[in-house]
Amino acid sequence: MANLTTAEPILEIDRLSISFFTRLREIPAVMDFSATIMPGEALGLVGESGCGKSTVALGVMQDLGANGRIVGGSIKFKGEEMNTMSPARLREIRGSKIAMIYQEPMASLNPAMKIGKQLMEVPLIHDKVSEKEAYARALEVVTDVKLPDPKRILNSYPHQLSGGQQQRIVIAMALMSKPSLLILDEPTTALDVTVEAAVVQLVKDLGHKYGTSMLFISHNLGLVLETCDRICVMYSGEAVERGSIGDVFDDMQHPYTQALFRSIPLPGADKNDRPLVAIPGNFPLPHERPKGCNFGPRCDYFQPGRCDQEMIPMVRVAGDDRHQTRCLRNREIDWNAPVTAAATKVKHAPGQVVLKMENLKKYYEVAANALFGGDRKVVKANETLSFEAREGETLAIVGESGCGKSTFAKLLMGLETATDGQILLDNISIGDVPIEKRSTKNVADIQMVFQNPFDTLNPSMSVGRQIIRALEIFGIGTNDTERRARMLELLDLVKLPRAFADRMPRQLSGGQKQRVGIARAFAGDARIVVADEPVSALDVSVQAAVTDLLMDIQREHNTTLLFISHDLSIVRYLADRVMVMYLGHVVELGTTDQVFSPPYHPYTEALLSAVPIADTRVTKKHIVLEGEIPSAMNPPPGCPFQTRCGWKSQVPGGLCDTQVPPVRLLAPGHQIKCHLDDATLAAMEPVIQIAAE
Amino acid sequence: MVSFILRRIGIMVLTALCLTFIVFWLTNLFPNLEKLAKTQGNFRMSDDAVLSYLGNNGYLQPLPVKYGQWLGVLPGYVIAGTDGQMRARCATGGQDIVDAARFCGILQGNWGYSTVFREDAGSIIATRLGLTGKLMFWVMLVMVPGALIIGVMAGMNEGSRTDRSLSTVSILSTATPEYVSGVVFISVFGTATFGMQWFKGTATAAMDDANFENFFLPVLTIALYGMGYIARMTRASMTEVMTAQYIRTARLKGVAFSQIVLRHALRNALIAPFTVIMLQFPFLLNGVVIVETLFNYKGFGWTLVQAASNNDIELLLGVSIVSVFVVLTTQLISDIGYVFLNPRIRIA
Amino acid sequence: MDPLSWTGGLGAFLNPALAITAALCGIVLVVQTGLRMGSAAVTLQSNPDGTLQGRGGVLGALDTALIYLVWALVALLLAYVTVPLVMPYGSAGILGEITRRLLPVWIALVATFALSIRFKRRLGLYGKLFDSTVGMIGLALVLFWVYVAVFVGIFDMIVTHDYLRQVSGLKNALPGVVAPDGTEGAIPHYLLGGDNLARDIFSRVMAGSVFVIAIAPLATIFAFMVGITLGLPAGYYGGKFDTALSFAANLILAFPVILLFYLLVTPEIVQTGIPSYMAAFLFAFPLIFIGVLVNTRYYTQPAKRNAIMLPVLGSLGWLYLSAINASGTVIDFLPAWADLFDISVLVVFVSVVFVNAPTVFRIVRGLTLDLRTRDYVAAAQTRGEGAWYIMLWEILPNARGPLIVDFCLRIGYTTILLGTLGFFGLGLSSESPDWGTTINEGRKLLLIYIHPALPPAMALLSLVLGLNLLADGLREESLKD
Repeated sequence: MANLTTAEPILEIDRLSISFFTRLREIPAVMDFSATIMPGEALGLVGESGCGKSTVALGVMQDLGANGRIVGGSIKFKGEEMNTMSPARLREIRGSKIAMIYQEPMASLNPAMKIGKQLMEVPLIHDKVSEKEAYARALEVVTDVKLPDPKRILNSYPHQLSGGQQQRIVIAMALMSKPSLLILDEPTTALDVTVEAAVVQLVKDLGHKYGTSMLFISHNLGLVLETCDRICVMYSGEAVERGSIGDVFDDMQHPYTQALFRSIPLPGADKNDRPLVAIPGNFPLPHERPKGCNFGPRCDYFQPGRCDQEMIPMVRVAGDDRHQTRCLRNREIDWNAPVTAAATKVKHAPGQVVLKMENLKKYYEVAANALFGGDRKVVKANETLSFEAREGETLAIVGESGCGKSTFAKLLMGLETATDGQILLDNISIGDVPIEKRSTKNVADIQMVFQNPFDTLNPSMSVGRQIIRALEIFGIGTNDTERRARMLELLDLVKLPRAFADRMPRQLSGGQKQRVGIARAFAGDARIVVADEPVSALDVSVQAAVTDLLMDIQREHNTTLLFISHDLSIVRYLADRVMVMYLGHVVELGTTDQVFSPPYHPYTEALLSAVPIADTRVTKKHIVLEGEIPSAMNPPPGCPFQTRCGWKSQVPGGLCDTQVPPVRLLAPGHQIKCHLDDATLAAMEPVIQIAAE
Repeated sequence: MVSFILRRIGIMVLTALCLTFIVFWLTNLFPNLEKLAKTQGNFRMSDDAVLSYLGNNGYLQPLPVKYGQWLGVLPGYVIAGTDGQMRARCATGGQDIVDAARFCGILQGNWGYSTVFREDAGSIIATRLGLTGKLMFWVMLVMVPGALIIGVMAGMNEGSRTDRSLSTVSILSTATPEYVSGVVFISVFGTATFGMQWFKGTATAAMDDANFENFFLPVLTIALYGMGYIARMTRASMTEVMTAQYIRTARLKGVAFSQIVLRHALRNALIAPFTVIMLQFPFLLNGVVIVETLFNYKGFGWTLVQAASNNDIELLLGVSIVSVFVVLTTQLISDIGYVFLNPRIRIA
Repeated sequence: MDPLSWTGGLGAFLNPALAITAALCGIVLVVQTGLRMGSAAVTLQSNPDGTLQGRGGVLGALDTALIYLVWALVALLLAYVTVPLVMPYGSAGILGEITRRLLPVWIALVATFALSIRFKRRLGLYGKLFDSTVGMIGLALVLFWVYVAVFVGIFDMIVTHDYLRQVSGLKNALPGVVAPDGTEGAIPHYLLGGDNLARDIFSRVMAGSVFVIAIAPLATIFAFMVGITLGLPAGYYGGKFDTALSFAANLILAFPVILLFYLLVTPEIVQTGIPSYMAAFLFAFPLIFIGVLVNTRYYTQPAKRNAIMLPVLGSLGWLYLSAINASGTVIDFLPAWADLFDISVLVVFVSVVFVNAPTVFRIVRGLTLDLRTRDYVAAAQTRGEGAWYIMLWEILPNARGPLIVDFCLRIGYTTILLGTLGFFGLGLSSESPDWGTTINEGRKLLLIYIHPALPPAMALLSLVLGLNLLADGLREESLKD
């Protein structure tokens, strides 16, 4: 990368504008976007959903569909203008010079075509090689992406591979013809954290090996920090700031970038000395963008009469390397002023034990094959779960897909009954009481907030009506007027305008829907709320607001919050205690401090290392887990984590292969399920270290 | 795979038994039997005479017994009639009762006797089925490729003018039942009114000697109605596939449009229409009945109408069992074919 | 009095004009297709300055020409309909007189469209229909027949002669024939000629619409009630209940429809009372459906529930009893004063419902299987809602899009089925003016006289086509959300 300044850029986007045309109006998706990628350079494109970052990628590929059109600017690939390229020339470039990787690996592979054929197609089209040669190349690339048994993989169909393997194949396909530019559109969003870490590592390594330039699109600042050299932050169709990673992360010059960083939980600080600051307001719809600065209405530094006049140009930041910002006031603002913390909120100490699990087990019997029947198999979704939760406490349940957290939620809610063991609510067993048999009080006491905001509300019922229905069911209020009044109070509680009562869910944004979901959960004054990844589907800036809201209500009502998540940053930020699950087992349980500092369970250690952190001061120990998460239908013998554990060799006698480890108490309240001896555990180093400033 | 097919066949046999039992029950309801007695005897028969006729011929036995005998799992009746004559189900054509077989049902290949055609029902069905087979063969030959081509052409460029015109054609053809299109075709191409008398308005001659002139209209009439439906299915399936992410992958890999359609889209797009084509058979059977009546082509459908309208119970039962069997077989083929076409489903 | 020609005085100018325009249209289309195959595909490209590259050349000019030609064609066709309204009787030919007879229908159609387009933004999915050309054409065709049925059935307009009356000398008479003196009728011609029993074909076809428009939608509604009431629990609960119901549905579906009709729709079967029992069974579903609907919604407030439930179920129950009760059949227990009406074609109605219900069942079941995994269903479960509330209030409203589309298609299919019944002379008397029976009567002499069979065939075709286009428009618009 020494000759960056002299070389010709691989990709040069200049003042690009893209619009989508509907019957009613033109919707500008990208406006005045410029970017340059040098050979071997990786550019990260960051922004919230709807900001136009994927549209930029498709614009580069000249694949905007029937309604999309480039309405201005130019895209030059190695100096060649792409906007006026003939279809034949475009086909030559696509796949050979520029390759693209998308979000959903399963959807990107043709389900009816063998992997090998799909890979071989690339050299067959672009290099006109023989079938044999193509096969050899496919085999080589599949080996490169570290897939086991490449020959078998080439001969299988996409559905026979796991999500992580499929994404590796997609990467392999993109690298088949050694492209000079690789576009990655949220390549790891659909994957589990530990799998994501491995895939990111792979992309980085191969990028260096093949000398490929990259355009990396993501909403995750941490990922961009780990993979890219430069970053471009987008907001509502415009690039608002761009520069090198170091400049933008440590010396940001745009209020939106700053607000974005302040709204994500970083490991450096906890909720008390560095609270999350949500960005007020909502993302503007493309046809409702304000005049002047798009971020103006949500900006702390907004000056009427100045920021809302005309289009703001990009300006250079003096002294930095190609660092530009779209802010008129960037020289006036004191970027290093400390965050003004909101009034500190006093939290009650956890009270009585309200919920207690004793050796809870849930086994399912499923047919091995849905269509053809066959042998029935037992899926052990939950294996001897024991813990207790106190009043006013936040207990986080952490784990990746298939770890049994959703099954646990169903058991608690009464949608399923336990196979064995007990769930005690106020010392009354409810584990084998299905929901129809539970008392209204019991049902109202335990409520749930769901993950997907677009699915949590009934699309054909007004917001108010849905909350009133919950009130009716829980027997609150004696007549419709009382219930309506209570419903409006609940809307106040979740900080939504009362006018929303008569709106339909489709008129609400994701964050607003999630607020309604929370209001509905608290309709019957729930004492225990299970929040199943309540913010993971929301944009970063909205996440903070919803998280804060949930915590506020919890403080006010002294609710017990069971917070299910895979995002360790947010867990660390809000949880009192953390429970780590893997394949139905609780592998570690302790207070947040205990879990986030050594000694760790090897799985916790890997999880911590896998989470990308958007802070340049943090150094992490790199632990990349081999292989995939085993299926719950077919768990490994012995310790559930033994197939991927990096510490396995430290345990003598192959104990891990044969015996499920016992639960050990390391410190009061800190338990762990591992065969490692005390000395080894004590010698573990912390995964995350923050460099002193 | 074997257990899957066996299970399917098991369900199919159960369905067939249920369906034939229903048909048997409906045809053997008392008013039908009464009518039968009167057509066999005379129309001014007294109620007593009707009863004794029915009793003598085993029609008054309990329904399950009759069904068992018809099926061939129960021994055929031997009844001493009120007129003193011994009658046995299995003794036909003046055969001695002692020589007659004990079982004589469908399973033994005994399809009964047609009262309309005065002939063995089995042989009638066999010849008529042959004629209809010929018709169906040409129908499939016209319909399936035509529908698939229209569907794929329309679906590969959603919203284009080709798509819109082909879709309108398919909607028009699904909206035209056989008795409408048949009437229109005969009026336009079978008479001299519009100066286009290119084909024959009847297909009676085609039973022995089918040629383009006398066979094209009936084939086209049946094919058109099914064609629109299959074409629309294919189009829907094709447009869905064409918007799939993996088609974009292929496009951004630099694959040419024609290759995308042929290599990437087609196989995925044809899974759904295949099952539809197979499940079309019950509807095609309708078309056959209508068209054979309209064009006076004396095939299986025409036989059905004759049997049903003349209360020819045994022939109607035979016709029913054949059509039920055809429908169920195509369903089985559809199921198995789906598994073969769709690599996502594999047998554990 | 002279016989009428097809277009009368109008044709002298309009016929050649129409022929020329249509021919030009065809030529342009052919040339265009040929040119397009020769040239490379043109994708819209922008110039570097942001403007779009226009599509010029011969292709572009032809595009413009085609648009003008199509408009000219539409204008000419409109002229056929509008000009006769101001011409004296007889001078506009058969088409002109038919147009004039249909005047109330045209007025109603224009009024409906004008109002709907004016307020389309406030009319939800129905309003959106007016954004789609296909949907509008479909709706126009359907409404045309609805209005014809209304004006014929209720106001006795449009028809020119008694559709049962046979007039000697008019047997198989050609269209436009003069009715002999003394024939009662609104006009002195048989506009579309006479059939083989010398009855006025135009009046029969118009009167036939009443039968279809009255029965097809109603039968479809009943089929939907049955299908929904059974399909929801089958999809929601799954398990043995689902297996049993699906097996039964497949059983009915495996029957070739015609065979089923031949077995069910015969005088002998009517004699056994089976249709009456089936009616008692099938007609009970709307009652159950509405009862459960009200109960699940209001069971937390018993007083309110009872206040709604009693009058609703009471009146529906009475209607139900009147519907299944008919003197002279096996179900005949109501006193005559309480029996509001008899359904004369009960067996036809019942068998059409019976044939349609399993398909609806399968669709509803499939939709339910998909929708029951949604989070809002889980949310309802976790607050302890009953299964039927979830099915009827959480799942069903969200399945409405595909169901509405299928409803339109199914009315069309029911129309075809009714025609089939008529075509085979099943369940309907040969006097009945419905289109199937009329086609059946007409086809017997089809090789000699085509005019008796063609008008009902075209009528049925246009109604079913309209329903199909309507469904297509609805599907397109509902997907756009």
